Amino acid sequence: MPKETAGKTFLVAFLLCVVCSVLVSSAAVFLRPTQAINKALDKKKNILMAAGLKLEGADVDELFKNIEPKIVDMATGQYVEDIDPETYDQRRAAKDPAQSIAVPPEKDLGSIKRKANYASVYLVRKNEQVKKIILPVHGLGLWSTLYGFLALDARDLNTIKGLVFYEHAETPGLGGEVDNPAWKALWNGKEAFDKDGNIRIEVIKGKVDPNRDGAQYQVDGLSGATITSRGVRSMLRYWLSAEGFGAYLTRLKERGV
Amino acid sequence: MADSRETLLGPLLNNNPIALQILGICSALAVTSKLETSIVMSLAVIFVLAFSNMGVSLIREHIPTNIRIIVQMTIIASLVIIVDQFLKAYAFDISKQLSVFVGLIITNCIIMGRAEAFAMKNGVGTSLLDGLGNALGYSLILLVVGVFRELFGSGTLLGFEVFSLAAEGGWYAPNGLMLLPPSAFFIIGIFIWVLRSFKVDQVEEEEH
Repeated sequence: MPKETAGKTFLVAFLLCVVCSVLVSSAAVFLRPTQAINKALDKKKNILMAAGLKLEGADVDELFKNIEPKIVDMATGQYVEDIDPETYDQRRAAKDPAQSIAVPPEKDLGSIKRKANYASVYLVRKNEQVKKIILPVHGLGLWSTLYGFLALDARDLNTIKGLVFYEHAETPGLGGEVDNPAWKALWNGKEAFDKDGNIRIEVIKGKVDPNRDGAQYQVDGLSGATITSRGVRSMLRYWLSAEGFGAYLTRLKERGV
Repeated sequence: MADSRETLLGPLLNNNPIALQILGICSALAVTSKLETSIVMSLAVIFVLAFSNMGVSLIREHIPTNIRIIVQMTIIASLVIIVDQFLKAYAFDISKQLSVFVGLIITNCIIMGRAEAFAMKNGVGTSLLDGLGNALGYSLILLVVGVFRELFGSGTLLGFEVFSLAAEGGWYAPNGLMLLPPSAFFIIGIFIWVLRSFKVDQVEEEEH
C-alpha cells in the first residue's frame, strides 16, 4: 500500500487517535480516585493553613478535629443542620440551578455568575472555644477563578487571620504569587471593616505605607499582576458584603459565635 | 556497540540539547528554583522523550509526510497528559508547583526536535536510546541549575538546610536573584562557558 494516498493518511490519523485516546482516557479513569483523595486532602490542608495551624509533621486528619465544618444558609445567615457538611459540595451546588441563584451583574464583583444557596464554613476551635471563622471565597482573577479561604478572628469578626487559595490557574511568578507565603503573611492582622461597618479591605498598587491612614485595611499588590490583585480585592468585597456572608456575619455578631 | 553508547551518552556533554543546541530553555528557567521540582520535571521529560521517540520510530514507515508533525504532536501530547495525570495522583504537591509546566512539555522543542530529526529516520532501539540520552542531557542541566538555585537562593537542598540562614540566626544571607528565573540564564551561561573551555570544538565561529 503506497504511503501517500488520502485514504492511508486518514487511516493512520484515525488509528493513532484511537490508540492515543484509549491511553489517555484509561490513565484519567484509573487515576481519578487517587486524584480525588489528593484533592480532598489538599483542601483540608488549605483550611488548616487558613486557620493558621502548623502542618509540618502533623497528621492532617488529627489536626482537622479542631475544625468543625458547618453549613450556612446564605440568605438568612442561619446554620442548616439537615445537610451533612462532609458530603455537601458548594462548588457543585453553585452550578446547579435548583441549589443556587443567579447573582445580579451589577452586584457580581467576583464575576461568579451563580451563588450556592448554602455555603460550607469552618469553625476553628481551641479548648472548646471558637477562635476563628473560615469562609470560602472565590472569584475571577486574570485567567481563572481563584478558590480560597478567608479566616476571620471570631472575637471581632473583623480582623483577618489568613487568606489562602487552594485552586487557581494564574500565571506562575506573577498572579501565581498569591501562593507566596510572604504575601499570604501580609493578610494576618489586617481589618476588613471600618468602625461604621463599611468594607474597607483592599489590595493596593505597590507597597503599603504603614504610617498612612487606612494602612490596616491595605495589602501590597502583586507586581505584574494587577488584574489578579484586583480580582482578590473584588472577591473579598463581594463575599464580605450583604450579597455574600453579610447575613451570616450579622447574625454571628448579634447572637455570638 | 560504540554507536549506541554514543547515541545514549553523546547528548550529555558532547551534544547537549540545552548547552549546544540551546533548546528547551523555557522550562529550564521556570521549574529549577528548587531541586525537587527539577528532578520531577527531569523524570517527566525522560519518560515523554524516550517513549515519544520510540512511538514515532515504531510507526515511522507509515506516517504520511503531510501530517507527520500532527502525528508526532499527538503522540507527545498523549504521553504528557499521562504524565500529568500520574503526577496529580501520586505527587500532588509537586504537580501543583509544576503547574502548567508539565503540560508545556508538549511544546518543549527538544522532544519535537528529536522526533522529527532522529526518530523519523532511525530504528526503534536507537531512537529509544537517543530519546533517553537527550532527556538525560536536559536533566543534567536542570539538576545543575536546580542545585545552584536552591542552595544559593534558599540555603537548602531538597528542603534540607545546608547553609543556616541569617534570618534564622545563621550566617548565610540568601541571594534572592537565585529564586527568580533570570538566574537560570546566568547558570546555564556559565555552564556553557565551562563546557566549551573543555570542549573547544563546540565554540562557534565568530560571525562577521
